[in-house]
Amino acid sequence: MTTSTGVKSADESTDPGNWTNRLRGWLQGLVPPGEALPDRQPVYVASWIYVFGVLTLSALAVVILSGCVLAIGGVHWWHVSSLGHFVNSVHLWSVELFFGFMVIHLWGKFWMAAWRGKRAMTWITGVVLFGISIGTSFTGFLSQSNFSSQWIAGEGKDGINSTGAGAFFNVLNPGQMLLWHVVLLPLVVVLIVLIHIIQVRRHGVVPPLDADLEG
Amino acid sequence: MTRDRTPDSHDFPTRRYDLAKEFVITLVVVLVLSGGLAAIFSSPDEKPITMSAWAKADPNNLISTAAGELAGTTTSATYGAPYNSNAEGQKLGPIPLQKWGGVRIPIDSADLVLGPLANTSGDPAVSSAVAAWKAAPPAQRTKWATDYVDAIGTAAADGEPATGAGGDPAKAAAGDYGPVPALSAGLLALAKTGGLEGALDSAGNFYGGDTTKSLLLLADGAYLEDQAVAQNLGGDQWGMMNEVGNAPGQPWMWLYTFWYQIKPFSTSDNADVEVWALMMLLTLLLMFLPFIPGLRTIPRWIPIHRLIWRNYYRRSAGRP
Repeated sequence: MTTSTGVKSADESTDPGNWTNRLRGWLQGLVPPGEALPDRQPVYVASWIYVFGVLTLSALAVVILSGCVLAIGGVHWWHVSSLGHFVNSVHLWSVELFFGFMVIHLWGKFWMAAWRGKRAMTWITGVVLFGISIGTSFTGFLSQSNFSSQWIAGEGKDGINSTGAGAFFNVLNPGQMLLWHVVLLPLVVVLIVLIHIIQVRRHGVVPPLDADLEG
Repeated sequence: MTRDRTPDSHDFPTRRYDLAKEFVITLVVVLVLSGGLAAIFSSPDEKPITMSAWAKADPNNLISTAAGELAGTTTSATYGAPYNSNAEGQKLGPIPLQKWGGVRIPIDSADLVLGPLANTSGDPAVSSAVAAWKAAPPAQRTKWATDYVDAIGTAAADGEPATGAGGDPAKAAAGDYGPVPALSAGLLALAKTGGLEGALDSAGNFYGGDTTKSLLLLADGAYLEDQAVAQNLGGDQWGMMNEVGNAPGQPWMWLYTFWYQIKPFSTSDNADVEVWALMMLLTLLLMFLPFIPGLRTIPRWIPIHRLIWRNYYRRSAGRP
């Protein structure tokens, strides 16, 4: 309800029964005020290792961008078009870079013991992202519709089937694998990336080991 | 468990930092790197193997594979879940995980041969062979096909002597094989026309898209694996993570692939499920490493962090 002049009363904006108010409050509480996109960082954030997190993010952006261009052309476009083949190559190499940067980022965070200070969920979401990214790239290799896809599917089915998951996730069905590759798994990856970044911004960059002993 | 005394990062002095600029610069760097690597190294795209290529390059193998499908002796025929109930499948200790998945993609191996032939008109010999097969009791069918598979035999390989006719159907000893030779020859002829994939994958459906049957038949033969091994893609050649030629494949799967190269996994009948279980365990260890005493302390024992935060530690050491 608004007043006749269109100005909300104080009661309205804090009404806990209003779902929109509660959603807004939850969203605003995800990251401390001013920490979503700060223009300053703690003094210890001064090493090249910090660049690899954002490099991973940038590589993911190029992976998604090149994947979207491939999607415009369709499944077989890259087999018959030199432009399509180049875009596929960009997609492949950005994936290779993505994993390379992510592994360096992960090792960097390990040696920093970056899970300290209530940051365990940041670490866990990062490891989950690594695992789901491997699955996403695997479905990409299965969706290439070439000799590699045939061989990887033939080999990969035994691993998946041995767990019982092959009954639901058929690596011999490129139609199913393509949809997992371009819709389901990317959605999960992007969602967990968002959670990961919110966790980073929420808690800030982990302080150096033993900084706690300096009072 | 020691108390986590990590201070709040927001309590430290700060320095200027431009996150947006950092992202834009790295984005440009990755775009240039990806484009440059793509221009220099491209990406592999070896054409898929067709049934026609298999039929022309190794017709004997296609015939013996077809006979094996009818006899129920091929890999897919004796696979178990999710394709059939002809085997228990792999187990993790006493746990039959593969069986628990259920037969949700039912495949009768004989249908990989009979299905395409039954839907193909034109050759009276094949039509009468299909009819003869369907009219025979199951035990007779199996005897015909098994006898024919044995008569064809296999070529000498890996120190094993040749069996039967050494893999050459033309030299198979005379015997009562019923319609099996005609059915196998019919499948070979259909494969040579280039119509076998369509007959397998699109039968009864205008739209294809599910290549499960074609891939199972292809993988039951030796031609696909021979081509892969020739390109160093075999399972014992770190094949899952490699790509054709010198292109990088999935190097991030090195640990998964590694276990297949060593005992006990390399000689285990349950290698796949054991490797999967081990990888799941290792992944869980990595995930919950922050809570595992000892593992979470490694970064303190090996002080690489002193290098990462060397400027901070230097300044802190100089503070009064």
